[in-house]
Amino acid sequence: MGAPKKSAAAAAAARVSDDPEELARVPLQAVLLADSFTTKFRPITLERPKVLLPLVNVPMIEYTLAWLESAGVEEVFVFCCAHAKQVINYLESSQWFSQPKFSVTTIESHNSVSAGDALRFIYERNVIHGDFILISGDTVSNMSLTRVLQEHKERRKKDSNAVMTMVIKRSKLSPVTQQSRLGTDELFMAIDPDTKQLLYYEENTNHLKATLSLDKMLLIDNSSIRLHNDMQDCFIDICSPEVLSLFTDNFDYQHLRRHFVKGLLVDDIMGYKIYTHEIHSSYAARVDNYRAYDTISKDIIQRWTYPLVPDVLLLGNSTTKLERVGMYRASEIVQSRSAQIGPLTVIGTGTRIGDNTKISNSVIGKGCDIGSNVLIEGCHIWDNVTIEDGCQLRHSIVCDGVVMKSGAVLSPGVVLSFKVVIGQNFTAPAYSKVSLLPQPIKQDSDEELEYADNNSDVETSCAPDNMNGELTSELSEIQGSATSELGCGGVGYIWSICEGASEEEWRHSIAPISAEKLAELTQTTDDDLEFSNQDGNAPASSGELRSDALSDSEDDDEDTKNDSAYFEKEVEATFLRAVHENVQVDHVILEVNSLKLSCNMEFSACAGAIFYSMMKLALETPHKTTDELSRAVLNIFNSWHRLLKSYLSGKDEEIEVILKFEEMCSESAKELSPLFTQILHHLYDKELISEDAILGWEFEKQGAEESDRVFVRQAENFLQWLKEASEED
Amino acid sequence: MPDVQSLVIEFVLKLKKRKVEGSQATARQTAVLLRSVISQQRIGYTNQAGALIDAVKAVGEQLVAANPVELAVGNIVRRVLHIIREEDLSLTTAAMAGLNLSAVSDDDDDNDQDDHPVLSAAAVAAAARSTLRPPSLQTLLEDMPDPAAVPHTSSSGGDSEEKSKSADKSSRSRKLKHDVIEAVNELIEDIDTCHEQIAEQAVEHIHHNEVILTLGSSRTVLEFLYAAKEKKRSFRVFVAEGAPRYQGHLLAKELVARGLQTTLITDSAVFAMISRVNMVIVGAHAVMANGGVIAPVGLNMVALAAQRHAVPFVVLAGSHKLCPLYPHNPEVLLNELRSPSELLDFGEFSDCMDFGSGSGSPLIHVVNPTFDYVPPKLVSLFITDTGGHNPSYMYRLIADYYSADDLVLQRKAAASN
Repeated sequence: MGAPKKSAAAAAAARVSDDPEELARVPLQAVLLADSFTTKFRPITLERPKVLLPLVNVPMIEYTLAWLESAGVEEVFVFCCAHAKQVINYLESSQWFSQPKFSVTTIESHNSVSAGDALRFIYERNVIHGDFILISGDTVSNMSLTRVLQEHKERRKKDSNAVMTMVIKRSKLSPVTQQSRLGTDELFMAIDPDTKQLLYYEENTNHLKATLSLDKMLLIDNSSIRLHNDMQDCFIDICSPEVLSLFTDNFDYQHLRRHFVKGLLVDDIMGYKIYTHEIHSSYAARVDNYRAYDTISKDIIQRWTYPLVPDVLLLGNSTTKLERVGMYRASEIVQSRSAQIGPLTVIGTGTRIGDNTKISNSVIGKGCDIGSNVLIEGCHIWDNVTIEDGCQLRHSIVCDGVVMKSGAVLSPGVVLSFKVVIGQNFTAPAYSKVSLLPQPIKQDSDEELEYADNNSDVETSCAPDNMNGELTSELSEIQGSATSELGCGGVGYIWSICEGASEEEWRHSIAPISAEKLAELTQTTDDDLEFSNQDGNAPASSGELRSDALSDSEDDDEDTKNDSAYFEKEVEATFLRAVHENVQVDHVILEVNSLKLSCNMEFSACAGAIFYSMMKLALETPHKTTDELSRAVLNIFNSWHRLLKSYLSGKDEEIEVILKFEEMCSESAKELSPLFTQILHHLYDKELISEDAILGWEFEKQGAEESDRVFVRQAENFLQWLKEASEED
Repeated sequence: MPDVQSLVIEFVLKLKKRKVEGSQATARQTAVLLRSVISQQRIGYTNQAGALIDAVKAVGEQLVAANPVELAVGNIVRRVLHIIREEDLSLTTAAMAGLNLSAVSDDDDDNDQDDHPVLSAAAVAAAARSTLRPPSLQTLLEDMPDPAAVPHTSSSGGDSEEKSKSADKSSRSRKLKHDVIEAVNELIEDIDTCHEQIAEQAVEHIHHNEVILTLGSSRTVLEFLYAAKEKKRSFRVFVAEGAPRYQGHLLAKELVARGLQTTLITDSAVFAMISRVNMVIVGAHAVMANGGVIAPVGLNMVALAAQRHAVPFVVLAGSHKLCPLYPHNPEVLLNELRSPSELLDFGEFSDCMDFGSGSGSPLIHVVNPTFDYVPPKLVSLFITDTGGHNPSYMYRLIADYYSADDLVLQRKAAASN
């Protein structure tokens, strides 16, 4: 009897003697945020907190707590915010409060609207005494903490500024969608390969952006850097107590990653450092959105999270047995012989399944009643759901107590919140969300405002808490108003997809991305690549990230041609406007300069373009004879020579102008060709083009073919004269 | 009482989280836990055995439900139940026969204990009630049935001896409990020493210049081989690495550290090597009543290869691994599927498991079973701590260790839920 106790005491004694530096051994603590402070799971989260949503028939928080417990955490502070009462009630009725060597304490707050607020609140409580694990209540993991804790402690001994260790895991992006399996955005991290220090953290929310800019200092300060886009952030952090005080000092820190991590990385005044720890064989992921919910469910069913799998993680008295091809079956299931239960499916206790029903890749909760000839594919059906004959469900989430009348169809991506009734033969459109609660009027769908949204969430949350009792009375009320929306006999509101978000809806829904969307995506990715080529200045890093972003020289040539044509057009327009509106020369110069910068052009191109526009203007002025034309050109030269002069800073630019002129005469403006020598003379007289440049032009043309030398011959006399004049000097 | 309860919860959690590994450790911890359950159980004057049985059964149900795959838990629970029944019976018969028998007991006790430590409780009881029930085959084979009634072990304290001597009617409740605890202590000792008991027989089976093949790692096998080496037998060992956990590597290391000539091979090379092997010696997870073996994955393949080349396939199993149940669909129902991460790296394959594109159903499915079922016809010999046995003899051996009343323990637990 006493033996186990004694051994435990002995173990404790040994542990104390192991690290004599720590006089009082601090129990390993964890902060569990039972609120994600986002609205991604609406409308479901209006009625039940996210951490209590069942993931493979077990509330998410169970996974997190079970993991913390098995990882050796002794004290957990569960921070409850939205639906705090429900979370606390759940924990009270669960086994967690009665665990030996594992204490769970709830902290309730109603005015926290972000993770930052939560941590500040916990800091005020003064309950954290040592290193702690910061985790959200929707994280599933089976990793062992011993290594990472040890690494963290050792780093802390050497450098007290190493305040946080982030757990990361390798997970490739999908080649087509450029987002991870979990539906999260592309994540870029720069990590020092030797020290594992995190140097850069950026979530690429813009799916069309293909480039990434790193601070130059990063490359200067670190001898080597490894840039990852194949890492997944597990949202498990080992933090030192300083993290809490940092949050208190920087009261504008709200989001853990967007504000805190980035804040520490950018702001190096304090010198705090964040490190990473990569896990290999164990699993860790966070349920961030519907797609992650679906993916993680499948990972659990495929046993990546072992021992946190349905047949091992016992909840209550129901035992689940694993059968062939990943079939999990709880006890007391009534199943028709003709029903086909496909692979990778979980069926909860007391569920009844009718004839010829086909179920595959789905999770069915407890006490569901599924009729005959029903098709269920890739769905998550929670407890006590009634599905009548002939329904079809594909890739949907169906919450507790939903009733689907016969023949109803759910298209991929549908979310049915609690107790919704879908009418007979009604087809719910893809990605629609249906709830008994009307959609709250949103000020702004922008995600940045999630904090403000959450404020209202707290208020509305009170209503459903006490609503359960009055639900029936309310039901009848709603029934009148919403019947039409969900077919005959349907109850509930279809939430309109907020503007702007509709584009994103498919990304986060549990439905697989449709073929058209995939085609569209690959298209945009290809466009992306072209775009980055066009730029020609895409940072080298992006080339590293995408092996196929090779720029061909042919493409480049074409691109520059297009670019210069665009530039010439712009300059011409500017010039014409200047002529018509009598803009001062200085202003025109300024405008052309800015154009030059924006198009990344050389001075010679500007000169060429301006000369071209001048000639064009001359051609457009009404004229009958070449004399008149010549006079027009002269006029323009008289009034605008200063503009042209300002771009003719050297011989090269002047030659460029002559070449341009030559090109015009031979191609676009044949009228000018007889005047070639004359105009050249004018240019020389106005001191726009120097003697050197003209001779240089002739020299350049010496090796050219006869056809190209037409104008050289035409200007032979003039050239002769020039040469003689110079000799005379 | 609450102490026991918390101990039970702790152990149940450990089992649930698969933190106890190996059937020996599990068996030992179960026995220790049940011993404290018995010692804490208050019993009245009437139906004492019934009260104890109920208490042990209640705890046993929880333990079995926590990890139904770890059969050693159920085995030990049944063994303890059997011990209670036997002790009760022997006390009753002793009371009927008068004090005469118990007076004789002290003399023979010390002599026989070393020879038959395992069976003493059972044998004692069998002898005591030989008039009530037919004796087991084992006892018939013994020349002289044990006349001992109360086995005394070194662990029993001074005061317990005192109490046992005063075999008063008023202290009968104490006596029963005390006897049961003594017997459970003995059981724990048996579990602790099972390796040595099995290893003692090594010389009879391993001969000079033989080649032995084994798969994975088993402490019993290690001790067995080492014992043969100690007795100056020179032989070689082929170790199949035992994918995906590669515990064969550890075994090879251990064997080399103990000076045995070892060859490490892959599992897939077993068939190629088996023609050079003289004997296959492996450990087991559990031995079923029909003589079938639940063993680490890959062993069925080895057994088939051995049969093909007529190589003896020997299974080493401590008596705590003997399970009184018959296997039905053991590949599935008595198996544990572990994480696919033991087979492949999640990072490398994560793009294969992108459910976002395509039909939404995963195209890759990794199956990682822990156990294999080896049917009895493939097993040549079982070596337990009581000696070598044929597979067909297993059910008989089991009858000595378990009473038929307790076999349904698990089913009862399921029905009550």
